Amino acid sequence: MDTTTLTKNTEAVSTQPVKVSARDVKVFYGAKRALHGVNVDVYKNEVLALIGPSGCGKSTFLRTLNRMNDTIDICRVEGKILLDGQDIYDPKLDVVQLRARVGMVFQKPNPFPKSIYDNIIYGPKLHGLATRKDEFDEIVERSLKRAGLWNEVKDRLQEPGTGLSGGQQQRLCIARAVAVSPEVILMDEPCSALDPIATAHIEELIDELRESFTIAIVTHNMQQAARVSQRTAFFHLGDLVEVGNTEEIFTNPRDERTQGYITGRYG
Amino acid sequence: MTEIAEPMQAAAPVSASFHTGDAAMKRLRSRYAAERRFKIYGILAISFACIMLVILLFTLLKGGVSAFWQTEMRLEVTLDAAIIDPQGTGNPADWDRGALQTLANNALYKEFPEVEGRLEKRDLRGLVSPVAGVFISKILDKDPSLVGQTVQLWLPTSDGVNQILKGGIDRTLPEAQRTINDRQLAWVDKMQANGHLKTAFNSTFFTSSDSNYPELAGLFGAAVGTLLTMMITLLVSLPVGVAAAVYLEEFAPKNKLTDLIEVNINNLAAVPSIVFGLLGLAVFLNFFGMPRSAPLVGGLVLGLLVLPTIIIASRAALKAVPPSIREAALGMGASRLQAITHHVLPLAMPGIMTGTIIGMAHAVGETAPLLMIGMNAFVTQAPTSVLDSSSVLPVQIFIWADKPERGFVELTSAAILVLLAFLITMNGAAIWLRKKFERRW
Repeated sequence: MDTTTLTKNTEAVSTQPVKVSARDVKVFYGAKRALHGVNVDVYKNEVLALIGPSGCGKSTFLRTLNRMNDTIDICRVEGKILLDGQDIYDPKLDVVQLRARVGMVFQKPNPFPKSIYDNIIYGPKLHGLATRKDEFDEIVERSLKRAGLWNEVKDRLQEPGTGLSGGQQQRLCIARAVAVSPEVILMDEPCSALDPIATAHIEELIDELRESFTIAIVTHNMQQAARVSQRTAFFHLGDLVEVGNTEEIFTNPRDERTQGYITGRYG
Repeated sequence: MTEIAEPMQAAAPVSASFHTGDAAMKRLRSRYAAERRFKIYGILAISFACIMLVILLFTLLKGGVSAFWQTEMRLEVTLDAAIIDPQGTGNPADWDRGALQTLANNALYKEFPEVEGRLEKRDLRGLVSPVAGVFISKILDKDPSLVGQTVQLWLPTSDGVNQILKGGIDRTLPEAQRTINDRQLAWVDKMQANGHLKTAFNSTFFTSSDSNYPELAGLFGAAVGTLLTMMITLLVSLPVGVAAAVYLEEFAPKNKLTDLIEVNINNLAAVPSIVFGLLGLAVFLNFFGMPRSAPLVGGLVLGLLVLPTIIIASRAALKAVPPSIREAALGMGASRLQAITHHVLPLAMPGIMTGTIIGMAHAVGETAPLLMIGMNAFVTQAPTSVLDSSSVLPVQIFIWADKPERGFVELTSAAILVLLAFLITMNGAAIWLRKKFERRW
């Protein structure tokens, strides 16, 4: 475990152990620096909300946590990100294994153009979590129940996942992520393409998922951050300005920029 | 964004009637007129294209349909054992097949016993096809017990008689301008009056290969050659093309080298096809020593020719797959290759297949590069393997178009019709396949 002194940003507020810990994370796109050294811890079984104006680097930071940035040629990451104390940028660490441990839900619902059933079992099949049909059936049922989608789709598992409504598709994506039993789930504005009712569904779901998973969620919606998260991190122009208890950030921010953002002076 | 927006610049003030006055109405009218003009240009262009297509099809049908029929004459042929089997062994291998033509000629003399004199007899012989012996030979092969009997046979007429009866040659022309003279014309009329002439379906056209005689020439060899060649072309170009497209689109780093490769691939698509023929000649024939005129070499050359088309189309199809699908797969812990083979490629398949079809259709009609590697050889037998000498449909058309006999003129048109049918079938099958693939979302 890295024991360098923590900046004021990362004071411990949870009794839970640290699950993910970022130390001086800098991200470059070519010559342009998108993140200027981020230090933050995510505790086990908490929801950490990442907020900030567009282009502040919160999505970039989220994507460093399961190395999705690897797919961008010109992207380079410096610093350390530890998952249970293990550096995930260690060349010896397998990225496939990492992504099985750190799942992701994207901004736009992106189910595979396959059946609902096949969507769920894709991950387990990939990682060899099950081999027999009944095992797969069980995974599908459990995952869909967890995502609160089982009752709506149990009679049409063989129908295309792309035929569901937007909110259902996003819950399907969450079920798909949950199916491989990850430890951490990253969510990149999961509700930005959804209507308020579907959003409420997902928010409830996030609250339930917290019991089994550690969740980091990027959101543009400050009410949402306030509703679903225990702690909130505010990003601005590539800097992590402030991180703390959600309640504190929203009622008594220490930094002027945070204050300005949450009161709607810019954003 | 965080920057504070500049206060909005007020638009330059315009007079109140700017959008409603006469000048405005005039502007509006001219805009609508431009729109109408554009529509008319479009309709004209489409009409032009349609008319040209109709003219093309009409010309081909008019000239080519008659080739599917062949005039035959009924002759009482005495299958004289002394002529067929001069050695008397009874073994078909010992038959004097070159003498079979004599049987047809003798039958004609019997039909017109009044004809005497060397010149007259020569004219009379000119009524039956000079390769009638080949047809007799085929009949005998089917039933060797016929030797020694006298049988009624329907044998193809000569090209001249065929054309006169089908209207390919105008019988009112002066005698000197016809391939068939007045005397022969009288005999033909007599035979027709007796019911000894008929028009039958020209099955030879579909079952035999090239010949110097139009009544014996067919497309079968060329069609088999085309199939074998296309098989090689597909085997070469599809895997190589798709692999190249996947690598360039999904794996290759974006740098000067890949840029250069990309530019060159696009340029290759515009290289004249005969250049690929030269390449085939230099590399496949001279360097690797592959057989001349073989579908293997033709297929390789055409494979290289369509490679750029397939690569470009496949890259476009891969690019069109939404990145969110890749992200979803990668986010689930799929490797890059798994993301591509499980999700991206299946989704890009319809596009890749379209590109392949376009490429293959291009290749089916390609002639020039095949001339360079000797596929314009005179081949009278259908190839049995990709190493045999062979022709292909477009080259066969090219060869026939060069021949002076009237019969080859109609054969050329008919062959073009067959080639078009080939293309339509291929495209139809491909569209059907694509639809089937697409339904799997």
